[in-house]
Amino acid sequence: MKKVWAFIKGCFILLRRGSKLYYAWVYLLLALMAIGVLAYANQLYSGLITSAMRDQVSWGFYISNFTFMVGVAAAAVLLIIPAYVYQWKPIKEIAILGELVAVSAMVMCLLFVTVDLGRPDRFWHLIPKIGILNFPQSLLAWDVVVLNTYLVLNFSIAGYMLYSYYYRRQPNMKYVTPLLLFSIPAAISIHTVTAFLYNGLAARPFWNASILAPRFLASAFCSGPAGMVLMFQVIRKWTKFRITDEAIFKIAELIAYAMFLNLFLLGAEVFKEYYSDTAHLAPMQYLYQGLHGHSDLVSYIWTATLFNMTAFLLFLIPQTRENHITLNIGCVLIFVGVYIEKGMGLVIPGFVPDVLGDFYEYSPTSTEVLVTIGIWGTGLLIYTMLLRIAIPIMNGDFHVSEDGIHPHIGDELFLVRSPGEPEQDKEPDLLAQ
Amino acid sequence: MSDRETRGNRIFRLSRRKALKGLAAGLGALALPRKDASAAFWESFFQKHFRELGRAEIRDVVSRLEKEYGATYGKPVKVKTTPPMEGVLYGYGLDLSRCIGCRRCVYGCVGENNQSRDPQVHWIRVLRLEKERGVDLEHAEHYYNPANVPEEGHFYMPVQCHQCENPPCTKVCPVQATWKENDGIVVVDYNWCIGCRYCMAACPYGARHFNWKKPGLPAGEMNPDTHYLGNRPRSVGVVEKCTFCMQRTREADGRYPACVEVCPVGARKFGNLLDPASEIRFVIENKRVFILKEDLNTQPKFYYFYSV
Repeated sequence: MKKVWAFIKGCFILLRRGSKLYYAWVYLLLALMAIGVLAYANQLYSGLITSAMRDQVSWGFYISNFTFMVGVAAAAVLLIIPAYVYQWKPIKEIAILGELVAVSAMVMCLLFVTVDLGRPDRFWHLIPKIGILNFPQSLLAWDVVVLNTYLVLNFSIAGYMLYSYYYRRQPNMKYVTPLLLFSIPAAISIHTVTAFLYNGLAARPFWNASILAPRFLASAFCSGPAGMVLMFQVIRKWTKFRITDEAIFKIAELIAYAMFLNLFLLGAEVFKEYYSDTAHLAPMQYLYQGLHGHSDLVSYIWTATLFNMTAFLLFLIPQTRENHITLNIGCVLIFVGVYIEKGMGLVIPGFVPDVLGDFYEYSPTSTEVLVTIGIWGTGLLIYTMLLRIAIPIMNGDFHVSEDGIHPHIGDELFLVRSPGEPEQDKEPDLLAQ
Repeated sequence: MSDRETRGNRIFRLSRRKALKGLAAGLGALALPRKDASAAFWESFFQKHFRELGRAEIRDVVSRLEKEYGATYGKPVKVKTTPPMEGVLYGYGLDLSRCIGCRRCVYGCVGENNQSRDPQVHWIRVLRLEKERGVDLEHAEHYYNPANVPEEGHFYMPVQCHQCENPPCTKVCPVQATWKENDGIVVVDYNWCIGCRYCMAACPYGARHFNWKKPGLPAGEMNPDTHYLGNRPRSVGVVEKCTFCMQRTREADGRYPACVEVCPVGARKFGNLLDPASEIRFVIENKRVFILKEDLNTQPKFYYFYSV
């Protein structure tokens, strides 16, 4: 126990060390969080009337972001499977970064749900024994269970492995491997349960389609990895950590398959709704064409569709997949495309038209946007902090010193422009063309 | 098990209750300046789910609420906890051939059930439909506002909570803050609801409403005859809904729901589905009855019919 405490103390010492750039980045994120806190205080004081949500559209931007982040978190398995099931070394070296993405994304999910509550002071009603968790009846109760399990699981795996490396010994894989393998179905379950949350509502034909959960998973395996590929390139450019091109290109290839599935399932759903042309077509018409003069979402969803299709082609062709510029363009397109499609594009048409045919067009208020920015800032700060600890440990720059008590810190700066090997810089790439 | 028994059967949970109460008292004592008020605050904070309260606890809660509402609205307020009557299952009939779309039911309901006036919360929504299209919700007009009703070529369809036998709203609640009572009325414990609004997404009839803001209820218009699970004043951030006016209908000297009473054309019928002599049974047996969104298998106890 003393050793755990020494490790935690060492981590805190490490967190305070860094380059000017590191400090600037952390302060920027803290500023975003402060903005979010102020906006949330305003929402707490006045009630959710500060949002654009109303009885017709009773979930909005918060739940959209929540849904998207569940996908990002679930995507960590796309690293776990090649790393630990197929023992593929290039990805095994970076799998822990994926687990840390999952941890940060889960915290963001829980925050998004919390800020959406009308009575956050009663959140303890959800805790079994103290309150009443309506399990297994309510899918929201299931979500509470699986999200927290997934958070604890990833935090424990990554924490234990880093702790072992810190004390310069190999983690005992007898403990880690079962947990890692369990994290695969757990990742699938968080997204499935979140899909079922919508899927189970017969009142909302737009969500009440059995294709929803598969679509959720397919899009999650696009957006999460796309975000990670972008993040990995930042990491290898600005820290001392090395990530091979081989690993990144493999992830991009997996994204291409996932995006194919995603577009295929979307096509299947569009066909079914338009060809059968029943009363249940209305939400999809509202989303893609506009209906009865209401068309706020149309330009967004076509942007998303265009982005996803372009990115699919970019990732399908090996030449563009393995070119850093087109690779990064593709990742941005997917991240934004899925953010629209699995965020507002999924949640809002469930409510428009509403169950009695009323059209209320929703677009988030400044309070909702600022609170959301605050939560993104929080997520990025958590990820930065986790990386600040994980990267030096994995580089061998942060471990217990010879005395067995005090930490040895070999990486004082963390965020600096790394000299890097030439093929990882953008400029030579440009020249090569 | 009847609700009365359920409520009596919670004695074994007493130890937790004691712990919570002790905690509440302790925290209350900590905030010295306004000791009474903060004790009430913590008692309300730690209040258990309504169905877990014992009889004595219900008395405590009711007296705390009556005191609180009395102070807020400057008049004595009654908070009843009358349980369902044995052998009663409420049913409601709505005669589409008579309804003229005057919305008196909407405002009669608001006055009786202490809904927020600012912003306006309505438990009943009247849809204007085109005779040519029939019950086609996608073409329903919600905000019709002519000088006179009824209008040529249209008919009207009021929608409120259908008190489903198979309610999709109660099963989704993550904390069991909403449930179906033995007389068929779907209720919300406003002190237990966490305001996640999952029930609103699940309801196919748009019957659930959220307090997006602290309800604006003028003291002069406040109805002091209330029920804990029904029309007592609500707080910001919780969901509310129609309860067939349980503060009226559950009493021995019961009255009709306010919407039934106020309807100028007698389009609204109400009664006990288990009583073969009731008006609602007459309607079901002798008129052509239909149910809204029958395909969803919600099994409403709200029947639309055509008398002429």
